Amino acid sequence: MARRGRFAPYLLVLPGGLWLLAFFLIPMTLMASLSLQSGNLIDGFRQTFHWQNYRDGIGVYGGVLARSLGYALAATVACAVLSYPAAHWIAFRAGRHKTRYLFLLVVPYFVSFVLRTFAWRQVLTDDGPLLGPLKDHGLLPTDFRVLDTGFAVIAGLTYNFLPFMALPIYVALERVDRSLPEAARDLYAGRAAAFARVLLPLSLPGVFAGAVLTFVPMAADYVNAEVLGGPDDTMVGGVVRAEYFDNGAYPTASALSFTLMAVLLVAVLAYARALGARNVLGDAA
Amino acid sequence: MIGRAYTWLLLGWLLLPVAVMALFAFNDTENRGNTRWQGFTLRWYQHLFDRPDLTRAFATSVVLALVSTAVATVLGTLAGLALGRYRFRGRGAVNVVVLMSVACPELVLGAALLSMFVTLNVPRGFPTLVAAHVLFSLGFVAVTVRARVAGLDPAVDEAARDLGAGPWARFRLVTLPMIAPGVAAGALLAFAMSIDDVVVTGFTGGSTVTFPVWVYGATKTGVPPQANALGTLLFAAGALAALAASRRRPRQSSEPKITEEISR
Repeated sequence: MARRGRFAPYLLVLPGGLWLLAFFLIPMTLMASLSLQSGNLIDGFRQTFHWQNYRDGIGVYGGVLARSLGYALAATVACAVLSYPAAHWIAFRAGRHKTRYLFLLVVPYFVSFVLRTFAWRQVLTDDGPLLGPLKDHGLLPTDFRVLDTGFAVIAGLTYNFLPFMALPIYVALERVDRSLPEAARDLYAGRAAAFARVLLPLSLPGVFAGAVLTFVPMAADYVNAEVLGGPDDTMVGGVVRAEYFDNGAYPTASALSFTLMAVLLVAVLAYARALGARNVLGDAA
Repeated sequence: MIGRAYTWLLLGWLLLPVAVMALFAFNDTENRGNTRWQGFTLRWYQHLFDRPDLTRAFATSVVLALVSTAVATVLGTLAGLALGRYRFRGRGAVNVVVLMSVACPELVLGAALLSMFVTLNVPRGFPTLVAAHVLFSLGFVAVTVRARVAGLDPAVDEAARDLGAGPWARFRLVTLPMIAPGVAAGALLAFAMSIDDVVVTGFTGGSTVTFPVWVYGATKTGVPPQANALGTLLFAAGALAALAASRRRPRQSSEPKITEEISR
């Protein structure tokens, strides 16, 4: 397919390339420079090349960063565990209705992200449609709550990013040669053994790809934490936002964004290395 | 049997907030909270545009999504075509930058753009939003189109050239119809991402507020039922568009056959 072109490819790639340069590469560079400046909003910022912003950022917000990664990890595991059985059923048992089930799986995500997160707030309010009746009948203690807890944030993240896990798993399962699990059964493997030793390993690339697709955006998300979580559930995205907009501490905010990006990059690369890049990044690697 | 029951349980969980959002658009509530069911009413749909600030935000969202989708689709398609079809100096670098822009968390994109606008004293508003929205959807269009182009049979284009078609005619009559499903998928993705974005928009919009950003701001004080109604309409439009797109799918499968016939 690939052929040599003299001018055509450059002309084609130029407009998009310039856009990426002007609004992605240059901003990243400027953010890097801003993260090494000191000063304040009123007196202005000066380039000092101090690493102090990074040290301060990690010193003050290390806990928030750790919490973000922890919540994202928990939600990634929850996504995998919840979506695998459904993806499996759709791939192997849904027959000709596959597309219908896949449509139902993604259709909730046509609802605006903020509205669908807020809808969970409406469902889970302390005396709301779900908890209210349970409390009235004495099935739950009156001070029981789900909102404003870490659990609510993890559940919200799981809910909001589930298709990014379910679809890669489905695709991986769909690709598995049907005769392989059958051969395992013919060779007297039990149902459990045929699954654990044949089908599951063959579908793991889907789980690995899904893990990257969910973990990275979840670790950087702040909407779930702010809408569903309490004051003790802040995630690093919320801090970056607050440092920019409430405190005008641009250097600190930039340093934190970079730290987050570096941590995520290292995590993904380590993960890809441990599992084999092709398993995680697919054909792109 | 258990598999079917579980799948439906999961789907039910996924669909529950959609139902709640749609239901609370009919809630006969007086206060802004809208978290308790007070009875059925149609007045929020009748007074859909009664809140000027919400209406303005909604209109901004729609215009922004249309403009940024158009720009991102053109730029992304051209780039995807170059990356999928040609080998050229710098191709690897462009691929890496495109992949980075797709994989980069929205928070970091928003923070980086804000850093630039602050450093260069660019006032934030609609134009900066267009710049940002085109940026985060451009890569997705390019990747989608690149995948489609890579799957094309080069013999078709060569056949058209042998038959005397110039570059523009080949693009319009041969390449474009064949990559159209990829372009359409990319455009749909770009539109969906733009109309739903809250993070990058919050960072780069200044005082220009879009529908999701308005709703996000309102979650602190209470989301009015009109927002649920507008959200439901948006959901219905998106679901119908996706349904229409998936109904057209069968036509795609006939294409390889045509390709085979022509190349024979």
